[in-house]
Amino acid sequence: MTELASGFVEAIQLLLHRDPEVEGVVVRTLLVSGFATLLAMAIGVPLGFVLARKRFPGRTVVLGVVNTGMGMPPVVAGLFVWLLLVRNGPFGSMELIYTTRAMVIAQLFIATPMVMGFTVASIQALPPGLPDLLRSLGASRARTLWLLAREARLGLLAAVMAGFGAVISEVGASMMVGGNLRGQTRILTTAIVTETSRGQTERAIALGLILLAIAFVVNLFLTRSQQARAT
Amino acid sequence: MHGRIAILAAVLLVGWGGATHAESTSIILATTTSTDNSGLLDELLPVFEERTGIDVKAVAVGTGAALRMASRGQADVVLTHAPTAEKPLVEAGDLVDGRRIMHNDFVLLGPPGDPAGARVDRLEASLAAIAEHGRFVSRGDDSGTHKRERALWEMAGIDRRTIATLEETGQGMGATLDIASERQSYTLSDRGTYLALRKRLDLEVVFEGEPPLMNVYSMYVVNPEKHAGAKAEPARKLIAFFSEPEIQRRIGEFRREEFGRSLFVPDVVPTSKGGG
Repeated sequence: MTELASGFVEAIQLLLHRDPEVEGVVVRTLLVSGFATLLAMAIGVPLGFVLARKRFPGRTVVLGVVNTGMGMPPVVAGLFVWLLLVRNGPFGSMELIYTTRAMVIAQLFIATPMVMGFTVASIQALPPGLPDLLRSLGASRARTLWLLAREARLGLLAAVMAGFGAVISEVGASMMVGGNLRGQTRILTTAIVTETSRGQTERAIALGLILLAIAFVVNLFLTRSQQARAT
Repeated sequence: MHGRIAILAAVLLVGWGGATHAESTSIILATTTSTDNSGLLDELLPVFEERTGIDVKAVAVGTGAALRMASRGQADVVLTHAPTAEKPLVEAGDLVDGRRIMHNDFVLLGPPGDPAGARVDRLEASLAAIAEHGRFVSRGDDSGTHKRERALWEMAGIDRRTIATLEETGQGMGATLDIASERQSYTLSDRGTYLALRKRLDLEVVFEGEPPLMNVYSMYVVNPEKHAGAKAEPARKLIAFFSEPEIQRRIGEFRREEFGRSLFVPDVVPTSKGGG
């Protein structure tokens, strides 16, 4: 049997036999990337709103920075956060390096520009007169923002998917700031690197399949809610 | 809407707490990729953690990077295998309380047919044959293995830059072995990683056994007097743990049945009063 085929078999076995280590890695991956995506939404959506609606000097430059950030190479984000958090760095005394919190911070740098970029695009795609119309119909300021978000939900859900997809698949940043510590900061992508370098190709393939399955289920769920509300 | 924001805020707070776990004392062990790739640390560190309650963050970065982390006070303890690179840091006072823990050896690997004729009885002659007739894949990542490789060329009187067919991968031992195997090139590897990956490699040992191929692993404490914040006490406990007769025995036994020989030979000789 080829390595690829035996990898598929082992993947199914790993899932059926509920390997506790693999389960720990899966849960950790979902927690870190899910939480980083939530935080990125909390930061990126409001900022994206402001960027889309307000006109101010230097706005084009800021948009350019955001659009560049959408292609932020994970290793660059990782290097930056590593230098900030390492013991002799500016935030070293917080002892965050080689923890899942450090990984959330690094993934935040990857996901936030992506969420911002998608938010700006989806808000700007709304009819320009819509906010004024809503206000004139008596909606409060907060209510107006809420209604605008509802109108832009297709784009905002795309922002979640893009952000989550970027962070759950990245390996460079998590490897650098998390250290790939077994049972502590090892997630699916870094575990795949480890298993491959250890010659455990079948396990690596199995973990890859699990990662793909997770990404598929999460995106299916988001796509369903996107399409259901779109009709 | 404010309710939703409150819920989101609560989720974020709980997530921040839940994404990590409360930590007691934790130390950073900067180490080589070869010890990590072998799985040795995965077997021994949980024993130490359970016994002492000290959480060891073993970061596998390669010897060069591990020593740089130590010299900048970014780690508490190191486990490395480049005595000539460790010595200057000991002299500069960055590393203290050094202890030799274990050893194995480096092997020269090549394609099964040995096209360069590197199976000769002297290491220098073997290297010269590879330089002249073969292709060589180097780690190129300033790891302990890469440092040793450069020292071996120098010892053989060969200017590494003149080897036309030398390629650098900049990657770990596993990836480098894969590349050497695919390209049917020669390479230098620690024996442990080679044994662990041998199944999928089309490479054989072409030279082994001379003293310059000895591979010694030592541990050092990062000097807290030079680097504020370095946690020397738990670091010393970790080195003492690796030196214990029982742990030394487990190092010697590690994966021995699987490979028919020890991946690491323990080096701490038990003292007579130690009862080991």
